Amino acid sequence: MEFFQDLEKVLRQNIREYGMFIALFVIMAIFTYTTEGVFISSRNISNLLNQTGYIAVLAVGMTLVIVIRHIDLSVGFLAGFLGAVAAIALVFWKLPVWMVIPMVLGMGVIAGLITAFPVAQLKIPSFVASLAGWLIYRGALLLSTMGTGTIIIPDDAFNAIGNGFIPDIPGLDFFLPKVHKLTLLLGLLAIVLFIFSEIRSRRKKQEYNFEVLPLEIFILKLVFLSVLVGGITWVLAGYNGLSWTVVIMLIVVAVYHFVTTQTVLGRHIYAVGGNPEAAELSGINVKNITYVVFGSMGLLSALSGILFTSRLQSATTTAGTLFELDAIAAAYVGGVSAAGGVGKVTGSIIGALVMTSLTSGMNLMGIDISLQYIVRGAVLVAAVIFDVTTRTSRK
Amino acid sequence: MKPPILEMKNITKEFPGVKALSDVSFRVAEGEIHCLVGENGAGKSTLMKVLSGVYPYGTYSGEILFNGQVQRFSGIRDSEQAGIGIIYQELALVPEMTVYENIFLGNEIRRGWTVDWNETIRRAAQMLAKVRLNVNPETKVRDLGVGKQQLVEIAKALSRDVKLLILDEPTAALNEDDSANLLNLLRELKQHGVTCILISHKLKEVISIADTVTVLRDGKTICTLDAKKGEVSEQVLIKHMVGREINNIYPPRERIRSDEVVLEVRNWSAYDPKLGRNVLKDVSFHLKRGEIVGFAGLMGSGRTELARSLFGNPDGYEIRGEMYVRGQKLRFGHPQEAIRAGMAYVTEDRKAKGLILIQDVKQNITLANLNEIANHGVIDGNAEVKVANDYRESINIKTPTVAQIVGNLSGGNQQKVSVAKWLFVRPDILILDEPTRGIDVGAKYEIYTIMNRLVQQGMSIIMISSELPEVLGMSDRVYIVSSGRISGELPIEEATQEKIMHLATN
Repeated sequence: MEFFQDLEKVLRQNIREYGMFIALFVIMAIFTYTTEGVFISSRNISNLLNQTGYIAVLAVGMTLVIVIRHIDLSVGFLAGFLGAVAAIALVFWKLPVWMVIPMVLGMGVIAGLITAFPVAQLKIPSFVASLAGWLIYRGALLLSTMGTGTIIIPDDAFNAIGNGFIPDIPGLDFFLPKVHKLTLLLGLLAIVLFIFSEIRSRRKKQEYNFEVLPLEIFILKLVFLSVLVGGITWVLAGYNGLSWTVVIMLIVVAVYHFVTTQTVLGRHIYAVGGNPEAAELSGINVKNITYVVFGSMGLLSALSGILFTSRLQSATTTAGTLFELDAIAAAYVGGVSAAGGVGKVTGSIIGALVMTSLTSGMNLMGIDISLQYIVRGAVLVAAVIFDVTTRTSRK
Repeated sequence: MKPPILEMKNITKEFPGVKALSDVSFRVAEGEIHCLVGENGAGKSTLMKVLSGVYPYGTYSGEILFNGQVQRFSGIRDSEQAGIGIIYQELALVPEMTVYENIFLGNEIRRGWTVDWNETIRRAAQMLAKVRLNVNPETKVRDLGVGKQQLVEIAKALSRDVKLLILDEPTAALNEDDSANLLNLLRELKQHGVTCILISHKLKEVISIADTVTVLRDGKTICTLDAKKGEVSEQVLIKHMVGREINNIYPPRERIRSDEVVLEVRNWSAYDPKLGRNVLKDVSFHLKRGEIVGFAGLMGSGRTELARSLFGNPDGYEIRGEMYVRGQKLRFGHPQEAIRAGMAYVTEDRKAKGLILIQDVKQNITLANLNEIANHGVIDGNAEVKVANDYRESINIKTPTVAQIVGNLSGGNQQKVSVAKWLFVRPDILILDEPTRGIDVGAKYEIYTIMNRLVQQGMSIIMISSELPEVLGMSDRVYIVSSGRISGELPIEEATQEKIMHLATN
């Protein structure tokens, strides 16, 4: 059968790209089986995605940091600290939400630029510079919550970011009463847009005689991804629909995917990661790129802090603990290379989903936390080994 | 004649696509100083790597006899054990360790499970006395000058009881006093029965110290000369070194006679704070419109440093001097500014410094001028493919599509991608650093043709090259660089391989 030969060939050639999807699929299938379907229930999937949110946005920023051959360890406690700042601004300074959020995001950018300064200007290893940030923001978090302990946030608008769902189209209760119609509609729209853009890019590639997937495989890919998106939409629509967290996550991914794949800035970032010396000689200012990438990391840390604080509806003294390592793990599981220049934003999101799926699934199975860490460690190392071996064997 | 301590017979060593050594035979008598000379790429370093086991037995063909016995080294350790010590151009010392730690690194003096540091320091002091280096063994290597570091390397070799000491261009980075010192030490070691192979480009030095000289050219032994019989002189050595036939054909071009000076550099000096020395001293030259000016010289003579110091100075040299681009006095603080002023620099090591190997052909070609194919920072994918395809056709890059990863292309095609990238910035002044190194003859010819076409269109080219036939075949004028200075300028009518080599080895 030609079809299966093609399929095998395509899978083998693109194993790195599809590997993560397959892994995620397998993990979800296993948990669905072991929990007798609870894992795949609307409620659980909705929860799982909301839990992924604050790690996922960090993983997106971390992807770019690792692509330019750096690391940022400060992001966890920075997120925690900025979450506490948001809480203080809302509760004690009585500032309105529309003012607090831009302020906190701005502070995030500044914090990122501060981390970047010794790295870009003085060539201090980012590991050290951001480790200092880790300590400093941890102290700052403790300091800002010292007098009060946990700060409870009574603001409904703010708390909706981490707990609320998008409203449904009113007046359609006669049709599928228990399903969230707007979510379904958006999902459908996404599938249609996706199929159109895939077909368009395929045509374009054929015009240039670039290699494209065999037609049957292409259709299979479209069907597979449409079913995946459709399935997730259906599952979500069966609970409360899309949450604001998921909407924010999708916007972040869309923006970063666009910037990394379509813009001059994105190209410069990957060039710096791929060969800093060649990039510098090509007229790219490596310092400026370093500032931009760390600044974006700071922005996303602030966003992560807002998502987490809002989800808990309070700022705690330990918020943000180990977020940085979860984000780094997600990026590596998602196929980012420590050698620089390689890694996709979408991959890191899948990586984050893999990691939270593991946690969520094992929680449902009642597996002890100690074993959970061991399993997650094993998955991380397996993913990286897979990544490295498939990369070298391709040549 | 004394019996040979070393005999290498019919050594052939191939790399993919290149025969680095072909049927080389080499004999070193016991207790002599034997110099090995030849142009860059003649095979000297390769031969020494075969000898020291860097290229283990089995990766070359031929036979090595040392001390009368057939040797089959599978690594440096084996050759060290046999009594061969090699000191490379780039020193192999650990800067953060002390002198005594370095001398016995990998050869620690033990007492039971631990290192006997007192004995180590005592023995290190002895070794330092042997090489006449008057420093405290507890000094960190980092705090020593290059000349003293060189001596520490020799002390390290002596501590292992070497019978044969190989030095690869030991004086390249040394000043005159340090060089003289080192040569004296080698003479002294000779008195103590240490045989020595010295690779050097400085012919005066060779003549003053050698008992025997072997000349290599293009991976073959050309001749072995005996100094005692008066066979060694500068003329003779140069003749044998450069005797390469000019069998590459260079595409003809009409010379353009323009008096417009597009680039002029006056009294240009550069101090490298990392190395702590001047890499360029008082360099002055000019470039006219439509001209190809060759920069000849040996590796490490400062040609690449000159190009980089002009092209936005990415290494952070401290520069003195003036540069005029089309009559305007300028100084660039970043390659970006140089590009805007119409300069382009095709680097010497395209893999490490020129290309992004993990990206594809089109991404590499457009990298230095992305704004031209972008609207408000968003790349127009169609425009990018079109640009890349235009260059693919016009300079004949052999690739299935422009979406091919550059790392998968052959050396010649990689070089063309590199050139295409810099043509896309539409430069006025193009600097080519070793434009044809490591690429095959056909691709070389194509690169030359492109160069001719560009100067016909009014571009001016600086060509840095270590291949003398290429310099003579392509240039309108030649500058010779030696130890960071311009040691001569020759109009092409007067330039010969001998004259250039004479100026380059001074």
